Amino acid sequence: MQYCGDFRTSYEKDAVVFQTPFIKVCMALFLAGLLALPYLLKGEFMWVALQIVIASIGAVGLNILTGFTGQISLGQGAFFGVGAYTSAYITAKMGLSFWLGIPAAGLMTAMAGMVFGIPSLRLKGLYLAIATLASQFILEWIFIRWEPVTGGSYGINVPRPSIGGYVFDSDSSFYYIVLAIAVAMILFATNLVRTKTGRAFMAVRDHYISAEIMGISLYKYRLLSFGISSFYAGVAGALYGHSLKFVSSEQFGIGVSIVYLAMIIIGGLGSIVGSIFGAVFMILLPKILSLATEMVAADFPSIARLAISFEQGVFGLIIVLFLIFEPDGLAHRWKLIKAYWKLYPFSY
Amino acid sequence: MALLKINDIHLSFGGVKAINGVSTEVTKGKIHAIIGPNGAGKTSIFNCISCVYRPQQGAIFFEDRKITGMKPDAIAHLGIARTFQNIALFHHMTVLDNLMLGRHLFLKRGFFAGGIYLGPARNEEIENRKVVEDIIDFLEIENIRKKPVGTLAYGLRKRVELARALSLKPKLLLLDEPMAGMNLEEKEDMARFILDINEEWGVTILLIEHDLGVVMDISHRVSVLDFGVKISEGEPAEVAKDPHVIRAYIGEEDDLIRNLEAR
Ligand SMILES: Nc1ncnc2c1ncn2[C@@H]1O[C@H](COP(=O)(O)OP(=O)(O)OP(=O)(O)O)[C@@H](O)[C@H]1O
Ligand SMILES: [Mg+2]
Repeated sequence: MQYCGDFRTSYEKDAVVFQTPFIKVCMALFLAGLLALPYLLKGEFMWVALQIVIASIGAVGLNILTGFTGQISLGQGAFFGVGAYTSAYITAKMGLSFWLGIPAAGLMTAMAGMVFGIPSLRLKGLYLAIATLASQFILEWIFIRWEPVTGGSYGINVPRPSIGGYVFDSDSSFYYIVLAIAVAMILFATNLVRTKTGRAFMAVRDHYISAEIMGISLYKYRLLSFGISSFYAGVAGALYGHSLKFVSSEQFGIGVSIVYLAMIIIGGLGSIVGSIFGAVFMILLPKILSLATEMVAADFPSIARLAISFEQGVFGLIIVLFLIFEPDGLAHRWKLIKAYWKLYPFSY
Repeated sequence: MALLKINDIHLSFGGVKAINGVSTEVTKGKIHAIIGPNGAGKTSIFNCISCVYRPQQGAIFFEDRKITGMKPDAIAHLGIARTFQNIALFHHMTVLDNLMLGRHLFLKRGFFAGGIYLGPARNEEIENRKVVEDIIDFLEIENIRKKPVGTLAYGLRKRVELARALSLKPKLLLLDEPMAGMNLEEKEDMARFILDINEEWGVTILLIEHDLGVVMDISHRVSVLDFGVKISEGEPAEVAKDPHVIRAYIGEEDDLIRNLEAR
């Protein structure tokens, strides 16, 4: 959206992501806030922040596949696993660097994603979703059975990264590494979706025959979308493994795939910023609810058990209410809020 | 010189014979119209040319190269663009993005450069944006360039679809009923655009249109289809007098005669 007084004199200027000085200042403040987070948050909360940043990478990846290209995947959880195990194997078993483990995790998962994305050349919509469900089960089976690599049901202990002699052992120091990777990958995704490849993804989603008539190869872009999306999943999964310092197969079940789908639906399909909102929502909300329950349980021990069993229900209810009242996702609300403040106090 | 040659194509869907042995040639630089009653097989011919359907028999040649059996995206690379009878735009995207998709072929940088954006990918985007802007100016749709296509009125969508096809800078442009559902003024605009595209840009046009008045006015050559068979072909005036055509158009006969008298 554009407002009076906001004239663009060249196509170059029209192609800038952060258009007005106001937005630029906001972004700078936001980034400063993110950098200051480890000084503001302690213990558990730092852990939550770390998980939100990791989940943002995964959610952006899934949104590229599902929101932008229109291919539903129920295999995101397992793709996380591929990344986590790849990096775990490289760092813990081969003793190589984290800085090699992360890109390798991305590439390995991208390849796995493209292989398991092959059904997309034939299947669409719910049928494809079921095909990706199969990939989830196959990969989970491999995680458990391929013991020499995955450690089977024992899992693998993985180290935190280090530079020179310095080990990023605390959550707050590791957070900075994760944040840097996340910012780079999210900026990359933002550019990707507004250039040739992203438009082609959306074209395939909106009208695949028309997309072909424009010269877009459906094969290429359907698989590419799986590849790029899985790269994100792989990196996120690997970072998750390093954050826990432990990788095992239970961490990558179908539940994870569903939570990620929920993130992008709540945040906004086909929106990068929405994916981030979704990640915040789906990770922060359960945390807030469990804190609330703890408080209630401490004050009224008699209803503690009741409160705890309500926790899940309330979480579900909030999601349902959310989908009813905010069907276009948080990204849409964000647009409206931005529009309001851009014009404040004049609403024309 | 024949830009497009259709050689005895047959296409059936189950028991329905949509095209039953049609041959024709489209001369370079001309506006060639295909007319015929509903269900005559006109759209099916377009779908065979753009390789959305594959004829069971016969072949189609573009610049003397056999195109039957190719994939639709390869056809775009050869320089054939089209519009659809029931508008097939990317509805959630803006007009600008739709047209930039028309430039997809000409954007050479891959996803990696796109994600980095600085430098080559950015320059390429901007160069192609200029091409698209020229088309926007030409078709007089400047004021809607940032609107999502889904929010536009029908006549405008038709125009945007034409713009998107033009963005491919095609040698051959296939237009499937570009004026259907338009009012008189919109039709006049569209006819003017089609003539300009043909004369100024030198694009060869194959046109399906039900409004015989427009067809007779703007086309150089007309093929008439009925029940999947070509029943007549020639200059507009010849075709209009052909008794086969008049028989096929019983009921619409009056239209034809009125059109001829109008000249
Ligand atoms: N995908 C399809 N499946 C089955 N039958 C089809 C299909 N496409 C076209 N047909 C049939 O083929 C015949 C020719 O259809 P076509 O769309 O080519 O006609 P048309 O000349 O474009 O008609 P109109 O003027 O109504 O657009 C019709 O009988 C139609 O029902
Ligand atoms: Mg038709």
